[in-house]
Amino acid sequence: MARSLKKGPFVDIKLEKKVSVMNEAKKKTVIKTWSRRSMITPDFVGHTFGVHNGNKFIPVYVTENMVGHKLGEFAPTRTFKSHPVKKD
Amino acid sequence: MARIAGIDLPKNKRGEIGLTYIYGIGRTTAQNILTTCGIDWSKKVSEWNDEELNAIRKHITESLTIEGELRSERQLNIKRLLDIGCYRGLRHRKGLPVRGQRTRTNSRTRKGKRKTVAGKKKVTK
Repeated sequence: MARSLKKGPFVDIKLEKKVSVMNEAKKKTVIKTWSRRSMITPDFVGHTFGVHNGNKFIPVYVTENMVGHKLGEFAPTRTFKSHPVKKD
Repeated sequence: MARIAGIDLPKNKRGEIGLTYIYGIGRTTAQNILTTCGIDWSKKVSEWNDEELNAIRKHITESLTIEGELRSERQLNIKRLLDIGCYRGLRHRKGLPVRGQRTRTNSRTRKGKRKTVAGKKKVTK
């Protein structure tokens, strides 16, 4: 079920603060975050996030197309390396 | 002959069904179209006169995206997901179900025909 429009998009407060500080300082460094659940807002465009995937931080460069998705969608948590081929 | 949006509609079907031969129009949409144009649902396609046909055509071009336009729209939506490299895009790339369905069994529509893995022994008791 989709989130109620009344509430607006969800962004972790910590992350929002970090981004707004970066925007004011006009700096662009990688922002490490565990907040995979945060929605990407238009403010995020152009920044690079290190999104945690449970193991390490995956660098995600945010483009305009990504607005409205969650950060976690860009850092896959599972690795599947094809089925092993048995040889006799 | 009734020709709408480059598609020949089957002559001897009821209008409600005939319209569904157009890509992007299902039963509900077909019924809505006929209601707004003031045509009985069960009137055969061949029984429509020019006036009714034009009314349907006009309604479709004004308020619906169908056929090629709709197909390319869908393709673009998928392409967007592929380009931004999000989870849904990855699933599209791999040809697996996109919306979190199980893949241990089923999901044959996305995965296609079963590929039997050779050398897998059967459990014997």
